[in-house]
Amino acid sequence: MPSKVEDLLRELAPQVLGVLVRRCGDFDAAEDAVQEALVAAAVHWMPDGAPANPRGWLIQTATRRLIDQRRSERSRRERETLAALREPATAEVADQDDTLVLVFMCCHPALTAASAIALTLRAVGGLSTAEIASAFLVPEATMAQRIARAKQRIKASDVPFGIPSREEWAARLRNVLHVLYLIFNEGYVGSSSRDLQRPELSDEAIRLVRIVRRMLPDDGEVSALLALMLLIDARRQARTTAAGELIPLAEQDRTQWDQARIAEGLSVLNRALTRGPVGEYKLQAAIAAVHDQARHADDTDWPQILALYGLLERLTGNPVVTLNRAVATAMVDGPTAGLAVLDEVDERLRGHYRLDAVRAHLLEMAGDIQAAVVHYRAAASRTTSLAEQHYLAGKIARLRVQDRERGSEPTR
Amino acid sequence: MTRYLLAVNFQGGVVDTPMDEWKPEEIAAHLDYYKILHNELVRSGELVDSTVLTGPELAKIVTSDGGGAPVVTDGPFQEFKEWLAGYQIVDVESEARAIEIAAKLSAVPGPGGIATQQPIQVRQVMDEAPSDVTEMEAFLQQVPAPR
Repeated sequence: MPSKVEDLLRELAPQVLGVLVRRCGDFDAAEDAVQEALVAAAVHWMPDGAPANPRGWLIQTATRRLIDQRRSERSRRERETLAALREPATAEVADQDDTLVLVFMCCHPALTAASAIALTLRAVGGLSTAEIASAFLVPEATMAQRIARAKQRIKASDVPFGIPSREEWAARLRNVLHVLYLIFNEGYVGSSSRDLQRPELSDEAIRLVRIVRRMLPDDGEVSALLALMLLIDARRQARTTAAGELIPLAEQDRTQWDQARIAEGLSVLNRALTRGPVGEYKLQAAIAAVHDQARHADDTDWPQILALYGLLERLTGNPVVTLNRAVATAMVDGPTAGLAVLDEVDERLRGHYRLDAVRAHLLEMAGDIQAAVVHYRAAASRTTSLAEQHYLAGKIARLRVQDRERGSEPTR
Repeated sequence: MTRYLLAVNFQGGVVDTPMDEWKPEEIAAHLDYYKILHNELVRSGELVDSTVLTGPELAKIVTSDGGGAPVVTDGPFQEFKEWLAGYQIVDVESEARAIEIAAKLSAVPGPGGIATQQPIQVRQVMDEAPSDVTEMEAFLQQVPAPR
């Protein structure tokens, strides 16, 4: 299939699905009908190219399939649905962007995050169940069940199809952005995975946020989320060794950073900052932007990063952000000041490996190698990530050599 | 979503009677319970893998120094009860959910329909890398100290 037709179908599929789901209220049936219409389009458009109104063609074909499906079922309820299908869409409905309707439905708060992610990738992203399963490293049958359950739950919850009301808007949009953020997270992690077969979820997340942004160009947080993804994704090539081990920011080869992505991210962020109140994604994107603008690690504007983490901490109350602020504080005012910040979250993060990792790092900066090794070990024994465990083990080994050379063996 | 391994060994919990001495209907109830739980986890989209292992009688212990022929022995080198009997891997929202599933596994009925209370090990599976952007950035911002 020529890629132009393929791209067109991929863009139109969620719009058509949105229309059909809204009209018939049955996700499964709508999806089947859209699939058939897409196959028909691929066959018919191949020799002659797409028709003048490809979207209308697809909606009409899919609707016809849906009516055929329903005709073979005889219950009264089905006949009523049939009547509803034939009704032309009201003007109010026709004005809504159908992809946005679909995104809001897939990211409904009644769904668990995992279900919402799976359904969004399936319905809006157009990924196959097998692709999604492989992205999340679960068997295809498990992923198929997750998607089926999500659809059932939507059906059972009587979720209204459509753009949420003004009162609901903020909360619903927050949920949509969170789901897209989680998809990006998965890709971010997956790109360092040893399994090269995993589809690129970061690219898909970026594509989906672009779609949402096209429909909501004036929403600052939507734009900020896109900026955040671009600014972080720009470092993708430099983030891992050939063997897949993670490389800290300060050691990354910055010539490998994608300057086009950074430029786009900065421009999207600058426009976002002029729209709406300061939100979490704006601050995170701003921090990523400061890192991205430093040609060398030594050029990093740490006072700026420190100020941004202070704002982010106040906004979110997330103690992990406080750990980031401690690192920034150490870079600005020295390791002792950084260690003092850690004391603030000692209670809340007790037993969390990240607290030990950061404390070890700051103790190392302060020159207290023996204490650093103790905390690096504590972190290594509790971390839940392989990449970090490898990093910490290497760190401990190097410090012990360093310490031995100074003439004293650290306590085991 | 986080993955957990739910592992069970041959420790019988509060039940001392070996299964071959149970009544047929007790065995049936025991197996049905597992089957229902299995189906529940498939339907919820949480089951990644479910494996039952053969007994220690068929186990081999292999060691090698990397040069000569490997040394293969039959063991067992540990108590029968300590051997891994089977495991499930589940992909769940929270540790609380993993514990909830483990509790159901432990409550599998034995003779007289009484819960066997088999101990279930709940072990989090390692992620490849820090699992969210904030965490990952925190990790990557750890600047190596001057060498």
